[in-house]
Amino acid sequence: MVVLWTDALIYLLIVVMLALGLYLRGKEHIKRPLQQIGRSKIGMVSLVVLLFFVMIGLFDSVHFKPADDKKNEIISLLDYWASPLREHGEKTYSAPFATKLYSKEMMAMPDGSMQWGYPRLEFGGRHLNNPDTEKIPDIFHKAFYGGFQGASLIVFFMLLMWTLSAERYQRLTRDSTAKSVLAVVFVIVSCSYALIYLSGYYHVFGTDKVGEDVFYQAVKSIRTGLVIGTLTTLIMLPMAIIFGILAGFFRGWVDDIIQYVYTTLNSIPGVLLIAASILMVQVYMANHEADFTSIIVRADMRLLFLCMILGVTSWTGLCRLLRAETLKLREMEYVQAAQALGVKQGTILLRHILPNVMHIVLISVVLDFSSLVLAEAVLSYINIGVDPTSYSWGNMINGARLEMAREPIVWWSLTAAFVFMFALVLAANLFADVVQDAFDPRRSGNE
Amino acid sequence: MTQYIIRRLLYSLPLLMGVNILTFVLFFVVNSPDDMARMQLGQKHVTVQAVANWKQQHGYDVPLLWNDSAQGGKKITDTIFYQKSVGLFLFRFGVSDSGRNIGADIKERAWPSLAVALPTLMVGLLVNICFALMMVLFRNSYLEHAGIVLCVILMSISSLFYIIGGQFFIGKVLRLVPISGYDDGMAAIKFLILPVMIGVFSGIGSGARWYRTLFLEEVEKDYVRTARAKGLSETQTLFQHVLPNAMIPILTGVVVVLPLLFMGSLIMESFFSIPGLGSYTIDAINSQDFAIVRAMVFLGSVLYVIGLLLTDISYTLVDPRVRLS
Amino acid sequence: MNNPILTVEHLSVAFNRRQTVVDDISFEIHAGETFALVGESGSGKSITALSVLRLLPNNARLNAEAINLHGDDLLRRSEFELCKIRGRRIGFIFQDPMSSLNPVMTIGSQIEEVIRLHFSLPRDAIQQRALELLQQVELPQARQRIKDYPHQLSGGQRQRVMIAIALAGKPDLLIADEPTTSLDVTIQAQILALLKNIQQQTGMALWLISHDLALVSSIADRVAVMQRGKIVETGATAEFFNQPKHPYTRKLLSALPSMQSCLTHSTEEKPPLLQVSDFYCHYPIRKGIFKRIVDYVRAVDGVSFDIQQGKTLALVGESGCGKTTLGKSLLNLIPGNGRVVINGVELNALTGEALRRQRANIQIVFQDPFSSMNPRMLVGDIIAEGIRALHPKVSADQRKARVRELLQQVDLPEDSALRYPHEFSGGQRQRICIARALAVDPKLIVCDEPTSALDVSVQAQIIQLLKTLQKEKGVSYLFITHDLAVVAEIADDVAVMYQGKIIEQGSAAEVLTRPKQAYTQKLLAAVPVLKMDY
Repeated sequence: MVVLWTDALIYLLIVVMLALGLYLRGKEHIKRPLQQIGRSKIGMVSLVVLLFFVMIGLFDSVHFKPADDKKNEIISLLDYWASPLREHGEKTYSAPFATKLYSKEMMAMPDGSMQWGYPRLEFGGRHLNNPDTEKIPDIFHKAFYGGFQGASLIVFFMLLMWTLSAERYQRLTRDSTAKSVLAVVFVIVSCSYALIYLSGYYHVFGTDKVGEDVFYQAVKSIRTGLVIGTLTTLIMLPMAIIFGILAGFFRGWVDDIIQYVYTTLNSIPGVLLIAASILMVQVYMANHEADFTSIIVRADMRLLFLCMILGVTSWTGLCRLLRAETLKLREMEYVQAAQALGVKQGTILLRHILPNVMHIVLISVVLDFSSLVLAEAVLSYINIGVDPTSYSWGNMINGARLEMAREPIVWWSLTAAFVFMFALVLAANLFADVVQDAFDPRRSGNE
Repeated sequence: MTQYIIRRLLYSLPLLMGVNILTFVLFFVVNSPDDMARMQLGQKHVTVQAVANWKQQHGYDVPLLWNDSAQGGKKITDTIFYQKSVGLFLFRFGVSDSGRNIGADIKERAWPSLAVALPTLMVGLLVNICFALMMVLFRNSYLEHAGIVLCVILMSISSLFYIIGGQFFIGKVLRLVPISGYDDGMAAIKFLILPVMIGVFSGIGSGARWYRTLFLEEVEKDYVRTARAKGLSETQTLFQHVLPNAMIPILTGVVVVLPLLFMGSLIMESFFSIPGLGSYTIDAINSQDFAIVRAMVFLGSVLYVIGLLLTDISYTLVDPRVRLS
Repeated sequence: MNNPILTVEHLSVAFNRRQTVVDDISFEIHAGETFALVGESGSGKSITALSVLRLLPNNARLNAEAINLHGDDLLRRSEFELCKIRGRRIGFIFQDPMSSLNPVMTIGSQIEEVIRLHFSLPRDAIQQRALELLQQVELPQARQRIKDYPHQLSGGQRQRVMIAIALAGKPDLLIADEPTTSLDVTIQAQILALLKNIQQQTGMALWLISHDLALVSSIADRVAVMQRGKIVETGATAEFFNQPKHPYTRKLLSALPSMQSCLTHSTEEKPPLLQVSDFYCHYPIRKGIFKRIVDYVRAVDGVSFDIQQGKTLALVGESGCGKTTLGKSLLNLIPGNGRVVINGVELNALTGEALRRQRANIQIVFQDPFSSMNPRMLVGDIIAEGIRALHPKVSADQRKARVRELLQQVDLPEDSALRYPHEFSGGQRQRICIARALAVDPKLIVCDEPTSALDVSVQAQIIQLLKTLQKEKGVSYLFITHDLAVVAEIADDVAVMYQGKIIEQGSAAEVLTRPKQAYTQKLLAAVPVLKMDY
């Protein structure tokens, strides 16, 4: 098994989240907002969608070198399962569900002559004898079959639950939130099964300029988007929390220095700072060729550096919020009472200030996730994002931009990137709204 | 008041020094002048002489920070740091790595950036405020819910899609306005319509939501209740009481970005081929022209600091509680 | 009896369909009379007033048979018609004048707004009328101040502006919701006199809502008491206060602190526990480019006093006199200078670790029971916090035992240790704070207005608890308050503060019955006392 740097950080993040979950398990002030989130239909549905994306991303994060492979490349678990998609490349563009190539070329006819026309695809729709008539019913057939497989899986689980624990089953089917969650899971699983089954026979979203399946590219890009959204936060949080709380609590020269630092950082236009840092990284990597063995490792390092740089440039926003809140909390009477009781400063910070600002941290983390995913697309467009060889929606859009000028128009790469990115960002935004309503003491009205 | 301004200006000096030092470190610590020369001249087969020539041409042949071989005060001034970075303070941007005068370029390209960014800001502000006001007027009704859902959806679409989609549908399919390009003087207007429209549209989602939050915060306050008790209707309280109070944070939020409008939106200008400072920066990044990038970073920081100062001043003008305390 | 202006029949208000805040109440208000609606917090009195004008929040459901204003049923009026009635037939004065006035409009324009809304007069007539109103409410220098903003006025002046706004529509009924609660005692007396004056001038009805029975007794014609959404007793003032019928009314009246109790304190001399000499808190004012110090704010300006062991010294004064600053800086929560000796140890000479170890001797109980405890900590941890910090060698089991003991002493159930602060009422929370202060065995507890935010009946209980604890443990109190009646109940000695200085000191009996300074006399005169013999 090969562990890339970003993989290692993802595992670390999972461990940290599990530890946090265990620690907060019994705490009353976490239970109430969590219950409120649990009751919200929108919240749970978007959470399910997010978890689905996360699952795909996790499968894509377990890397290894296949034993039988002579090419010595590193692939992930997702790559392994999607092998047919990965290996069934065409020569160049093809439309979704197409059976013929997008552009004309010289074909060798069975009778020996050469003709200028649309050749049949290598893999897409290979099994059809007469594509024009058979294609549509075949697609429907296969879609139903795949969907049926997925649906029956869900029904099977429901039956299992019904036989094992009738009472739980009853409770599940009565609760309206649980019903909507179930409905969404049903839809997602059926559609995924249908898509996966279909993609064994067709290129569901077509192929791009070098013939790679667009559906495969979009799915691989999920990990990139998730990594940027989460790792950046992992890197940004310690700095923002420590500096924000220290500045607000101790004031004086500590506050002045931290304010100076974040005003300086803020005054440099963000894009330029990222651009300068990425250029630095590129030069560094060019000068130390030996350390980076394969393309994947190089791309991974660049992704990691991008996350670090984004983290370093984006901690200022949260830091300012935390400083303002700490300034307010400092004047709260329970902090003064703690001082009167002789509690040491460090203990006051840990026991009184930190737990009472956590809701701001949580809201900020969830809100920033979607903006980071969107930012990645923009950064890749101006060539200071991820490595052009790695899979990301930004790269897909970048490539797609020029394709729009072609006649007939090549729209499928852009649409695929759009659909996937929109689904992830919309789910994240809706979930962020629900979390904000649950954790913000003013909105929930209780505290 | 003038004392306050002077104090803030004095405070901004160490800030700009800090920015300068930071960018200096960023550029030169990893990238020695030799590497820069090699990159500009092409990676392969560069002779030592060519590198030395290039360095001398562009002023990189002196040491980074401390010149031992010079006399007296020149120990500090005959260094790359002093000549390149400190010169920025006097707005001497120097010459780009490809030979053009940066200062002149900046003066010329600032206006197109403004021509796009200012209308986008103004029109966007108007649209967002109207939308947010309507949502607050109809709060707790289905209209409001539909509005919120619409805002979230609009927010979740990347701005790149708005641009590409907008260019495609309006420019190509409907052929209403040219897709990209620029012209001088009043003829530029037809090139500006599309970027401004798309800029406003892509900002509605988050802008309307944020203003709606501000308005809702004000609506909860006690003086609104007093206004209702006086006999004012819902619309009257919104316009005569809530709006003036909510405009304080809105205006100060707008003022802080006003100076930065000159920097232009990198994406917009690139997609619509507008010859502004944004595309200037992108081209510099792509061609790894450090002189231009350094100048733009400094300019951006100066404008940001001015923006902060303007914000504080506007607070004193707009909020009577700050003005008269 | 005059004809009734307002009749309310069977009014009920519920929130979220579950919480009934007002439960089937009926009453009437007659022309020209002062009607008082009294009750403790949460009894529903403010909601009743807001329902008449239909200004309830969205999640409230109103249910009534009729609400008649001059025979006109308000329930059947549309929102548009109701806008014509609000401000014109019924005026409303809210509790907190700072937040009830629009901060970005001048007071003149806020008054003119009402006039313009209900009368069609030319512009200069409107301005003239606004000026007349300000003069009617006795705002000093009205002509200059009409262009001022709310934050430039003091609390009392802002309330006068609110009254002017309410009067601008020439209403028949004026509703005043706790109009003096956030004001100082001397200003309170002035505002009440003003209201009574105006009422007699204009002949309008006044509906006063308050929790202060003593205040109500001096001004009202008829009184009604609300308890948990129901009106339990109504009657003319004399009858109401002399012969209360309902047990709740009697309980409220008996809980009122009385000025006479100052004569019952023992005058035995005890050795001094705390000696404060020449204590001052000066805050620098910085101006100019380089922020040079130009002057000082003298929050506490050379104060000296002693507190004897096992006795209570009350520190009295109005808002801004510096009493809270003094209390907090004795504990070094705010910087201060001067000689402070407690139990022979000079506190002002200590810093850092040595100071921290002395903290056990002097503790504090704050005013607001809601914000003085960390909402995310268990009550047991809150009480044990001091023990953990100052006696780290005490084991966890010993700590738990001590917490149980303390909960018992403040009359709280044992299982409270495992609950969160928000599950308790205001009075119970204050008990937890007292337990927290007692946990480290202090010799002196500074009580900073500990009962000001509590209801009258709860206040009586807390004062009783403090007195019991003093008798049992011999702890001394520095009791900071603005309420002279409470002072009479609990204090042995009194010190009166004004603008950072102590202007009068002495035993409680002496200061409260034979005050020497003019300011003390003014304070005492302003205290609302029940008019009846008691």
